[in-house]
Amino acid sequence: MTGEFAGGQVIIELVYLIASVLFIFSLKWMSSPTTARHGIWAGEIGMLLAICGTLLHHGIVDYRLIAIGLVLGTIIGIPLGRVAMTAVPQRTALSHAFGALCVTLVGSAEFYLRSPDISRFMMAVLSLEVILGGLTVTGSLMAAGKLQEILPQRPLTYKGQNLVNFLLLAGAVVIAVTLVLHPDSRSLFPFMILIALAFGVLLIIPIGGADMPTVISLLNGYAGLSAAAMGFVLDSKLLIIAGALDGSSGLILSIIMSKAMNRSFTNVLFGAFGQVQTSVAAGEEARPVRSATPEEAAAVLSAASRVIVVPGYGMAVAQAQHKVRELYDALTKRGVDVRFAIHPVAGRMPGHMNVLLAEADIPYDRLIEMDEINGDFPQTDVALVIGANDVTNPAARSDASSPIYGMPILDVDKAHTVMVIKRSMNPGFAGIDNPLYYLDNTLMLFGDAKAFVGSIVRELGGGHS
Amino acid sequence: MNSSSNLINALFIFVLAGFIGFEVIRRVSPLLHTPLMSLTNALDAIAVVGAIVLVGEHKSTLSAVFGFIAVVAATSNIVGGFLITDRMLKMFKSSRPAAKPAAKSVGQ
Repeated sequence: MTGEFAGGQVIIELVYLIASVLFIFSLKWMSSPTTARHGIWAGEIGMLLAICGTLLHHGIVDYRLIAIGLVLGTIIGIPLGRVAMTAVPQRTALSHAFGALCVTLVGSAEFYLRSPDISRFMMAVLSLEVILGGLTVTGSLMAAGKLQEILPQRPLTYKGQNLVNFLLLAGAVVIAVTLVLHPDSRSLFPFMILIALAFGVLLIIPIGGADMPTVISLLNGYAGLSAAAMGFVLDSKLLIIAGALDGSSGLILSIIMSKAMNRSFTNVLFGAFGQVQTSVAAGEEARPVRSATPEEAAAVLSAASRVIVVPGYGMAVAQAQHKVRELYDALTKRGVDVRFAIHPVAGRMPGHMNVLLAEADIPYDRLIEMDEINGDFPQTDVALVIGANDVTNPAARSDASSPIYGMPILDVDKAHTVMVIKRSMNPGFAGIDNPLYYLDNTLMLFGDAKAFVGSIVRELGGGHS
Repeated sequence: MNSSSNLINALFIFVLAGFIGFEVIRRVSPLLHTPLMSLTNALDAIAVVGAIVLVGEHKSTLSAVFGFIAVVAATSNIVGGFLITDRMLKMFKSSRPAAKPAAKSVGQ
């Protein structure tokens, strides 16, 4: 290496250092909505610097192919950045797949360039990189397919599922160990990748829609860790840092999500979620429920002074968020205090409800997280549940035999009146009956969420003003 | 290329960056968990630098082809990730017209 090259290398490394610092600031500014947009600029500048710095790399001889790749990626990326807010969960899953694809391909290429002349430690890290990357590619594609409803959303379980998964993973690890100990057994490498890809598919097959927030977070963590492993292989500090940041983000979100579903973290790590108990039909023998019309609901709401709306995935499915904003406006105009209670796992990914409601122009300081708002339900006149089910199920507090027992819930049943907008009495996704619906202070509002909220708004608007 | 001291350095960096990530991300408002995920996704696509070098060095056909696909995949994450994060964050508005920055941190 000549002095000139070494000097160039130092400049590149310094550029990477600046990019790393900008990335950390980028995440730091995400702590509050008021500073978050600075975070994007920091991230973008960091990214631009890093890419420009890389183009100075002395070994690069072919710029044309790079340019074509960058342009093509931009052409694909722009529509992916413009999807509807309701499609954000599947877009996110898809981008995890893309990120992991990049890592897996680079790892594989590095293997074929270097092997068999590769140190044992390096081979171990490289194996980790492509196994994690490979399973994230197919796992995320499966998750995206389920979220987009290309694939059936129902969890698919079969006997010995965990054993099959475990054996597959063990197989991949055995190949990895063989490759570490016997660098000449290159021909095994493709099998390791194939197993990782198959494992990713099988990992997501038993996952139901309600578990998606945890799964997406977990895949996010895997993608980050595989990128960090790639940083070790390429000896790129920037990549190690970015991967570690992404990995810890995914890990923290998975922990938050698993806590919000009362699942242990090991339970999540080993993908043993989604074993949904379908012990339905047991308690739903014609217990009486009270139902109400839009007029009655509007009357109750306009008589209230404090209302808490509890949105769930059903609101997203019905595309009701804009009607909900109209309801918010109508009630606020009448002097009713309206807030929104956000359960951490409401929706299909972390923070999903916040984004949908923000898109509908509901101010973010009206969106209150579970721990903060739960104490306020006893002083609340009306809790209006829109398309949420399990996160409001009081059985989680009281019924030790319930599959969701112990899961933290929004205490809507403590409000003076609970109104639940629901299509029918069919149990929710998890197939668990909800005793909330049979309480004396509960009114069931049967119908499509969007249409029903629309009728309430019409009633409110027609009544006065 | 990698001496063992390089490796130790890399491990130090990984562990320390993990701590920073943990501390920084713990403070992210749950309001913004969705944009957080799309932002980290875009940042993670910095893996594009490895792919760019692979393509540019063109050491073998396989490495160039794999690198090329990797550049496309990562670039689409960068562009799409920043775009959608920006779109999402633009939507978050406060009801208080002139909210002082950092006046209120939502949740711990």
